[in-house]
Amino acid sequence: MFEALRQKFGRQVQSMRADREDEIYLLLGGPDIRPITEHLCGEFGARLVMVFAEDRRAIEGVFFNYYVFEQKGSAQYLIVRAPVRADSLEFPSVSADLPSVNWQEREIQDWFGLKAVGHPNPRRVALHDNWPDVYPLRKDFPLKTVLPPFEGERHIYRPALGEGVFQVPVGPVHAGIIEPGHFNFAVAGEPILYLQLRMFYTHKGTEKLFEKLPTHKAVFLAESISGDSSFSHGTAFCQAIERAAGMEVPLRGLVMRTVLLELERICNHVGDIGAIANDVGFVIANAHASRLKETMVTLNEQLTGSRLLRGMVCVGGVRRGWNQAQLDTLRTAVDSFEQEFRGLISLIDSSESTRDRLEQTGILRPDKARDLGIVGVGGRASGVDLDVRRDHPYAAYSRYSFRVPAYQAGDVWHRMQVRLDEVNESIGIIRKAMDESLQGEFRVPVPAIPSDRCALSAVEGWRGEIIHWIRTGPDNHLQRCKIKDPSLNNWPALVEAVQGNIIADFPVINKSFNLSYSGTDR
Amino acid sequence: MFKILQKTLSTGIVTVNYPASPAKISERFRGRPSFDFDKWKDARPAAEACPTGAISLSDEGDSRKVTVDYSLCVFCGLCADASSDQGVRITQEFALATSDRRSLVITAEYTLNADRTHRRLHKVDRQLVNAETDLESLGQKARETIQKILGRSLAIREVDAGSCNGCELEIVALNNPVHDIERFGIQFVASPRHADMLLVTGPVTRNMELALLKTYRAMAEPKIVVAVGACGISGGIFGENYASLGGVDKVLPVDVYIPGCPPRPQALLHGILLVVGRLAEKLHDERVG
Repeated sequence: MFEALRQKFGRQVQSMRADREDEIYLLLGGPDIRPITEHLCGEFGARLVMVFAEDRRAIEGVFFNYYVFEQKGSAQYLIVRAPVRADSLEFPSVSADLPSVNWQEREIQDWFGLKAVGHPNPRRVALHDNWPDVYPLRKDFPLKTVLPPFEGERHIYRPALGEGVFQVPVGPVHAGIIEPGHFNFAVAGEPILYLQLRMFYTHKGTEKLFEKLPTHKAVFLAESISGDSSFSHGTAFCQAIERAAGMEVPLRGLVMRTVLLELERICNHVGDIGAIANDVGFVIANAHASRLKETMVTLNEQLTGSRLLRGMVCVGGVRRGWNQAQLDTLRTAVDSFEQEFRGLISLIDSSESTRDRLEQTGILRPDKARDLGIVGVGGRASGVDLDVRRDHPYAAYSRYSFRVPAYQAGDVWHRMQVRLDEVNESIGIIRKAMDESLQGEFRVPVPAIPSDRCALSAVEGWRGEIIHWIRTGPDNHLQRCKIKDPSLNNWPALVEAVQGNIIADFPVINKSFNLSYSGTDR
Repeated sequence: MFKILQKTLSTGIVTVNYPASPAKISERFRGRPSFDFDKWKDARPAAEACPTGAISLSDEGDSRKVTVDYSLCVFCGLCADASSDQGVRITQEFALATSDRRSLVITAEYTLNADRTHRRLHKVDRQLVNAETDLESLGQKARETIQKILGRSLAIREVDAGSCNGCELEIVALNNPVHDIERFGIQFVASPRHADMLLVTGPVTRNMELALLKTYRAMAEPKIVVAVGACGISGGIFGENYASLGGVDKVLPVDVYIPGCPPRPQALLHGILLVVGRLAEKLHDERVG
């Protein structure tokens, strides 16, 4: 492959190295990625997974942009590393052709002060407009900088003009108990013409903070990236460290991680199924769903000491093993959950009016979903058949067979169907995992982690593809930790899905994606 | 319709009776770490392990001051794992809400051996009070007070001022049939104009500061502010940085603090019921003043 790329692109491709079997790095001579993206995404049908930057001025004199690609049918990630000169600060944007990285390129602009030349919408995304010109992820920006009081507009929304067209601002404080973000609807009567989003209200310097914490403490920061995905993000982070250190986690630890990842999926999916029903007025279904969720959260606590599965995953495995009593509890709980869950679904299926409200509501068309790079539940309901568990197996997933549900309809009903199918698959995975011998070591000691190792780690959280990329530093610290929550990809899907729907259906459409604000904002 | 009714009847009542009867929680639950300062021979491993700096040391010559700050604690249990002696133990205590943040801090002073382990405990400064009110009667009292001053309802407006969403999950769980906070006449409302209490999770980000202030200002007097979780109290693991202001009391006057990461529903309920007493005080002050 390297030879093929070199022949095609000449000196532009400088070198290639495989840090791991499934993690290949390609170094470019300059910042221009466009011929590569055209070639890989066009001819090879590769997917541009993410884009991020790193400030290497102190060591290598330049910034680097990283472009992560994957190709259907291959477990490898190809990571193209392109230098951006510290004097010009410019790199060519690929967002016009690949809108999936629109926000990510703008993040690079906001956080590193680089310029995405040719970006179709180069406005700020990660910092609000009232922030001064600061570049928090540059190495010369101290974490504890105290910025002066902000002045001016937070965001200039595009005007929506025309007879009978109104703009409805909502948030950042919402009516329910949810996270903050601002939605600006342009409506003509009831239908929504256009939705503008203003996110990053909960930006709290997480990526910068990762550079200041020793790795064993940073695990807890990873668990706080998005509270409902504590175990997925925690696992993604620990995997990254383990990969950088070349550690092998014992099978028992991997199997336990798999069980807990699936429990996290079940808890969130059943909660969402109830919440979707609730948002179209089927309150009793939600009462049963939230009761079921509570029983699973209680199980979480019996298995890990935390209702959110916190404090369990660690670098090298998991912190505690399970005794026979806990395994029996798990087995019984899963059995009775399965039965109750079936009852919940038949309750929802028996309600024609619920189905009527959810079908054809909030449609995300498969072509839009593919172009916008939508991942996870929202993607699979719109034909984007991606699942890290199957495509890039981690933990113990390669040992179990499971089905990845995918539909083409892309409406709220099918986003609920994906969850429903996945809950059933998760139950199957947990049962298979419990048939393994859960004996022996569940964690290994952490060796001294060499400095300057890069590692990419991916986890299919219950929302979708979570990616952590790290560069290790001296003294058990990190030089860089890039976090990509699936929500970052998926917010633009909401903008597409709500168009033409009535504003009263916005809550249920939003709920059917249930994206993380904190995971997006970090 | 028949199906719904059948399902409801066959499910029966699932609501727990907390706080009238004690909370049924798993023995695995990690609650407040408890410190036996007499038996604690070395605080360094615990302080080294603590991810948020809730356990901190300052050594001077052959003396050491150990500070334990529960407002920073994320209940990870690493302190107990790291300590080989009997000094640190994880308990199941969760009802830690307090109206005085200082009461979340314990300090202990030691003289040290040559190898920097503890030789002798000098003094312990401890204000931690587990429950300021008798827990058993808290629910009953709350109901009476709410009835008296608020006409059967306490209205809560929740604001996420920057949290990871963990605290929100547990606050939402208060509304499920198991915890059912409405049995106390307590409800969550959509508008701050309808609210008596502002329940805030944190850390307060620079971007949420203004929205939080505006929400607070929109509330009618008397009003109560409750800071939820390690981040809401102190900034937690995020602390203070270019984007985070830290705890809620950096922005608003806070009446009650509820530690946890996140606080479990019963801990939230305990804190909220504690507040009701405070609200009665505030109303009284206002009438007198």
